[in-house]
Amino acid sequence: MTLHFINARLIDPEAGTEDLGSLSVVDGMIARRDDSAPVGARVIDCAGACLAPGIVDWGVKIGEPGERHRESFKSAALAAAAGGVTTIIARPDTAPAIDTPEVLEFVTRRAEEAAIVRIRHMAALTKARAGREMTEIGFLLDAGAIAFTDAMHVTTDTKVLSRAFTYARSLGALVIGHPQEPGLSGGAAATSGKFASLRGLPAVHPMAERIGLDRDIGLIEMTGARYHADQITTARSLPALERAKKNGFDVTAGVSIHHLTLNELDVGDYRTFFKLTPPLRSEDDRLAMVEAVASGLIDVIGSFHTPQDEESKRLPFEDAASGAVGLETLLPAALRLYHAGQLTLPQLFRAMALNPARRLGLPQGRLAEGAPADLVLFNPDTPFVLDRFKLQSKSKNTPFDGARLEGKVIATYVGGRQVFSGA
Amino acid sequence: MIFRARHLLGIEHLSPQEIVTVLDLADRYVDLNRRTVKQSDTLAGMTQINMFFENSTRTQASFELAGKRMGADVMNMAVAQSSVKKGETLIDTALTLNAMHPDLLVVRHPSSGAVNLLASKVNCAVLNAGDGRHEHPTQALLDALTIRRAKGRIQRLTVAICGDIAHSRVARSNLILLGKMENRIRLIAPPTLMPSGVQEFGCELYDDMRKGLEGADVVMMLRLQKERMDGGFIPSEREYYHRFGLDAEKLSHAKPDAIVMHPGPMNRGVEIDGELADDINRSVIQEQVEMGVAVRMACMDLLARNLRADRGKRAAEVMV
Repeated sequence: MTLHFINARLIDPEAGTEDLGSLSVVDGMIARRDDSAPVGARVIDCAGACLAPGIVDWGVKIGEPGERHRESFKSAALAAAAGGVTTIIARPDTAPAIDTPEVLEFVTRRAEEAAIVRIRHMAALTKARAGREMTEIGFLLDAGAIAFTDAMHVTTDTKVLSRAFTYARSLGALVIGHPQEPGLSGGAAATSGKFASLRGLPAVHPMAERIGLDRDIGLIEMTGARYHADQITTARSLPALERAKKNGFDVTAGVSIHHLTLNELDVGDYRTFFKLTPPLRSEDDRLAMVEAVASGLIDVIGSFHTPQDEESKRLPFEDAASGAVGLETLLPAALRLYHAGQLTLPQLFRAMALNPARRLGLPQGRLAEGAPADLVLFNPDTPFVLDRFKLQSKSKNTPFDGARLEGKVIATYVGGRQVFSGA
Repeated sequence: MIFRARHLLGIEHLSPQEIVTVLDLADRYVDLNRRTVKQSDTLAGMTQINMFFENSTRTQASFELAGKRMGADVMNMAVAQSSVKKGETLIDTALTLNAMHPDLLVVRHPSSGAVNLLASKVNCAVLNAGDGRHEHPTQALLDALTIRRAKGRIQRLTVAICGDIAHSRVARSNLILLGKMENRIRLIAPPTLMPSGVQEFGCELYDDMRKGLEGADVVMMLRLQKERMDGGFIPSEREYYHRFGLDAEKLSHAKPDAIVMHPGPMNRGVEIDGELADDINRSVIQEQVEMGVAVRMACMDLLARNLRADRGKRAAEVMV
């Protein structure tokens, strides 16, 4: 299928530009960025809407295997397409964990059969994510594991972790840590401070994240591992991250869209859809994270899509499950930052598409010639009120229910093939 | 007289006028309770269910007596030992009870916010009898009534709250109420038992009890939970008593007419000296228990009035 987009506002995160122009797609690849349409191309008049590289959402939980009632590959991919996400980087915190090449092959096959967007899988770093023995990192790499992580589980045994880091390094594998000191964060449902004290919720000090990050950076210095911190959410962690980058360690970091657009006060009267891991932070922390994304200190924005069924959220706040769905709301939520004048569109797509793709060694995330034609066409100004029951995800636990948002996806393309139409 | 609330979930939602309304009405119930014949028919025909997901003797007895004296049919559900253990969720328990058409639901639960969750699912008046470390509104109201009767006012007093503030719902409700009524609040606790961010509430913080008690009109002691006594939060019971237990010597730093309060049950010799607790010139601990019944009667009376008005309005709408 040959396509020719005209009158498009081209968001190019690589060049950091947004210009009105044309772009053509031939054989699933981006061919040219000029006005001449290739022979036989279907011409799509974008009428000034934004055309950007499809989002690479790093850290998505899908309920396969084990929890298909919460999310399946099919429903997750539909949600992704509706949200402009063209590549899902799935987490291994399933039941059982993705910790053997056999399980990995199974989920890879299931995803290929069922999903309309690209899905790549991370594998567990330790067996059963228990933090006692490393997984078969070599076999898992051969089977297509894109990175290694125990998701939100923190390994306390630094000996085990240092061996896993060292072994991963020898194979060039990327390891992903969840910087958190579990001794401090265990049982916490909120960030310590006035709000948590008033609500009487068990809380964790933001320093728990810094302590976890400091330890991981120490291990990186010791082992030379390639490392990515899944979520940096407090201002206290930023100097440590900056120092590690300056010292030339192979370190990158991400942040969830929820920590960029919401703060602890949004929990209000114990609204469990706002219970996340790590918990929502203060407004000062949120603003510091936005700035860190703008400066490039934080590399990646992800949705940390975590589907939870109604039952597990309809509990007292302390007992309720943690996490929020985000595949479909990542883009409109991120556009809040654009409309607030805090981040430009190229900056947003650098963090949502280019950087994650680059870090994971994927060719996506660019508008350059020869890149895969994974594209999202959207109007950043279309206003709407989110109704959670209209989401494609099987689980509807979004903190943006009833929120006024701006920005709707018009169409999503994966390899030049249209997988979603918002019209 | 102003009282608009449908539920009593916390002091946070009450205005100073509403607090005064409760206290004024409670004063009248104190008189009733001191008579030989203590019956009133305020809640006649209404059903009150006490649901205690956490064991309690004193609060439950107080609520039960309050309901019975006003003529309500009172039922106690010992939920701590029943269906919840069989895996039923809080919401299901609430819906089951709701189907029995209670008018007043008194709930205590070990999780903060659980009573708010429950109140959103039922169509009767819900009273929070303590949820986790969030709020215990009737305790704060009975403390306010005790102070007002002893001091003649509930404004411009210096109140020292002392003990395990971090884990105490009583402390939270009290410091919200006393703040709303424009008092000077001091919190005295070892730093491990002080909640974070509390300096933003406009309280003064002390870890030296003698300094904290300087010039106080009211000394509120809090119960130290047994499970927190050793190792975790404080080094030992005896060190705690030495530094934070109230005795005559430490109390001498407060105003000479300062009153001593305790929400009970007391650990004599841990947070308070036994003799001092029994000193009728200083301690108002027994009076607090008495005020408890009156305040709970007042709260249920006011909520029942709003409930009747609400239902009357809805019935009128249906007729039209």
